[in-house]
Amino acid sequence: MKGIRDKAAIIGMGCSKFGENWDRSAADMIIDAAYEAYEDAGVGSGDIQAAWFGTYDSMSGLSGQALAEPLKLDYIPITRVENMCATGSDALRNACYGVASGACDIALALGVEKLKDSGYTGLPDFEWQRRRGGTYRDRSYSAPSHFAMMATKYFEKYGLTPDEGKRILAQIAVKNHHNGSLSPKAHFQREVTIEQVLQAPIIAWPLGLYDCCGVSDGAAAAIVTRADLAKNFRADPIYIKALQVSVGGGQGHMNPAFDWTHVEENVRAGKAAYAEAGITNPRKEISIAEVHDCFTITELVIMEDLQFSLRGKAPEDIESGFFSLKGGLPVNSDGGLKCFGHPIGASGLRMMYEIYKQLQGKAGPRQVKNPRLGLTHNLGGTPASASVSVIIAGNEKS
Amino acid sequence: MVGIVSYGAYVPVYRLSRAEISRAWSKQAISGEKAVAYYDEDSLTMAVAAARSCVVEIDSKSIGGLYFASVTSPYREKQAAVTIATVLDMSLEAYTVDICNSLRAGTSAMRIAMDAISNDSTDNILVSAADCRLGMPNSDAEMSFGDGAAAFLIGKTNVVAEIEGVYGISNELLDVWRSDKDAFVRSWESRFVYSEGYTRIVTQAVSTAMKRYNLTPKDFAKVVLYTPDSRQLGTVARKLGFDLATQVQDTLYPKIGNTGTAQPLLALIAALEDAKAGDRILLASYGDGCDVFVLRVTKEIEKLRSKRGVKGQLEAKLMTTYNRYLRWRELIEVEPPAVPPMEQPSPVALWRDTHGGLTLHGVKCKRCGTIQYPVQRVCGVCRAKDEFDDYMFADKVGKLVTFSHDSLGNLIDPPNTVAVVDFPEGGRITFDMTSRDPSEVKIGMSVAMVFRKIRYVGGFYDYWWKCCPVRG
Repeated sequence: MKGIRDKAAIIGMGCSKFGENWDRSAADMIIDAAYEAYEDAGVGSGDIQAAWFGTYDSMSGLSGQALAEPLKLDYIPITRVENMCATGSDALRNACYGVASGACDIALALGVEKLKDSGYTGLPDFEWQRRRGGTYRDRSYSAPSHFAMMATKYFEKYGLTPDEGKRILAQIAVKNHHNGSLSPKAHFQREVTIEQVLQAPIIAWPLGLYDCCGVSDGAAAAIVTRADLAKNFRADPIYIKALQVSVGGGQGHMNPAFDWTHVEENVRAGKAAYAEAGITNPRKEISIAEVHDCFTITELVIMEDLQFSLRGKAPEDIESGFFSLKGGLPVNSDGGLKCFGHPIGASGLRMMYEIYKQLQGKAGPRQVKNPRLGLTHNLGGTPASASVSVIIAGNEKS
Repeated sequence: MVGIVSYGAYVPVYRLSRAEISRAWSKQAISGEKAVAYYDEDSLTMAVAAARSCVVEIDSKSIGGLYFASVTSPYREKQAAVTIATVLDMSLEAYTVDICNSLRAGTSAMRIAMDAISNDSTDNILVSAADCRLGMPNSDAEMSFGDGAAAFLIGKTNVVAEIEGVYGISNELLDVWRSDKDAFVRSWESRFVYSEGYTRIVTQAVSTAMKRYNLTPKDFAKVVLYTPDSRQLGTVARKLGFDLATQVQDTLYPKIGNTGTAQPLLALIAALEDAKAGDRILLASYGDGCDVFVLRVTKEIEKLRSKRGVKGQLEAKLMTTYNRYLRWRELIEVEPPAVPPMEQPSPVALWRDTHGGLTLHGVKCKRCGTIQYPVQRVCGVCRAKDEFDDYMFADKVGKLVTFSHDSLGNLIDPPNTVAVVDFPEGGRITFDMTSRDPSEVKIGMSVAMVFRKIRYVGGFYDYWWKCCPVRG
């Protein structure tokens, strides 16, 4: 198995404004993201030969037709991709495989989610999690409660009182809010203090309001081509180094061996991605990372799962500011899910949008110094069973 | 001789003080408490709890029948007894019957069971009576009603209390009733209800029964009489010549209220908890007439007494508020949370899941021995396909691995506690934890499995299991 390293490249990207886009339908946001990507790549819609379309909820779009219709794509092959919160990244993965195989030369990966038409305060459909074969013989379900269970267990395992644990998590929220304040397309662009985070109402103990990402609309898109064709389009294409997805089968929910203080799919996808990209010291070699901070505890555990921190040591790295914008490995430089927003189908591509801009030196006030390799990570599901994607990209061919 | 072989009681852990209800309606405080079923309990789940307790040491496949008695069955057309028998993993050939619509249905079920066993139709029958009656807000009924369940295994071997004699009269009277159009129990003026109903009929039936069996009040160590409230019991006892202080069994009304069909059975269990071999006990129920039993305690009572009963359940209680009670019983409409509505289960999927879901069976891999829930066809550890034995989780005590108290979602009594539970021989299941105080939830605590109502959507009830702190 040889892997995808340096076989595909991104030549254009677009990203809509994320937020409560009352005045924009899914179709509107698709057009916003796609046309920015076309312009960035220097192509037109007629140049797109195949597309992969990512939505999680069918109300954001069902089948490839929901992409063809607003963009007036010309009877090309379009596949709708869904892999929970890894949807957008999985759309990118499929598009890259498409061009790397030679089946097509220019492909579009676009993810969109329209969550704010529903009127709900949370995700559009909790029930898919409870649908044990249509019986609903299951516990009550909310996404926060399952990640909260990971926080409860992490605090217990590492001897943190709930107050100590919450204070560490609060620093993640503060960091991401600071980064969000520098991101013009982000949903939330204001700073918060640790005290504000700690005083916030509890959503699912021990997680409070600022430990949880909100509900947002948005779309993001990437145009990819085979690596050897990339320089025909631009001088600074971004090369794909690894495209990995790890999908759990409920093992953590059924097997007492699962410790509820890590996410096995994170670990497996990370290891596979590092192997594919030829990375042996992620903490040193990864310049910048966009990870799935659906909840602050999730970001903390991801740091250990992806080997950015040693097991049990992420709190130290968080306290020292290692993951802040000016730190050794900036994480979620654009505000993350917490502040940029989490329109599920779009998030993976929005993460790559930030990595792409950073690697090209176009991140403005958020720019980190001389980044070489960027990583995106998504997690859909629960800590005990998830769909995880890890994608690594770089601005040079190896 | 046919009689009671085993007993099991179930009183919900929550209590509502009568003073709290009085305060809500700006009335003078009334003493005592009523037991209140949680939002996820109903007569069926409580009957399951009492029945499980009753037969905890008995092979469920050896039970010949299940009689469910109630005036608050969750269905008008769909048998509850078969659901209870299925949860208990009884044989398909166990004879299931619902005996409903009368406050004396619990004792009627006992009598019918006795008749069946005496006729050699079967060797034993499990009777479980449960009620969850509703009194209109700001009524005497609301004050007096309580929720609870009691079960007896009626049989002919190792009997702890023989049924020496039975008697009964029927009585046509609109004193206390509930039609098919009503959620609340109605009654006529209490003076009429007591004088022409309860007092007259119970006095008449019990005195006739004693004459028939040549017995006098002093022949009875204990007298268990149904009572609608705390005062009427004394009137009947005096008329019959029983000593209120030494003979008449406390019906538990001050502590849990009037539990309907379960009341006489729960009071009898309380009496059996203190009884000695040789004691003669009188039992009388009331409702559309009166059932009378003459019972004789045997020396087998010693083996049973310490193992279960009702008194232990009276002390482990959690107080609730009138607002929460109104919400749990759906007596007030509240603004729904801004979350998707609950979906309707598929009866087809529920039917496929009968064994796994209702009896809480998982599987044990024949090849690698791994225990798993839910039922699997492919082993999660060794990938063996269709090589499993049944494994029962319902009777296991688990340990809490981690938890969260969740305020988000379609919740009736937030916060809801989500709990990951590991089992001693293997296996892990995530449950809601019910009937608990959030502050008592700690990693490592022991939890038991309890059968509860999960949802009501599409006009039917979906039941499954939750975990609950081990009490007592």
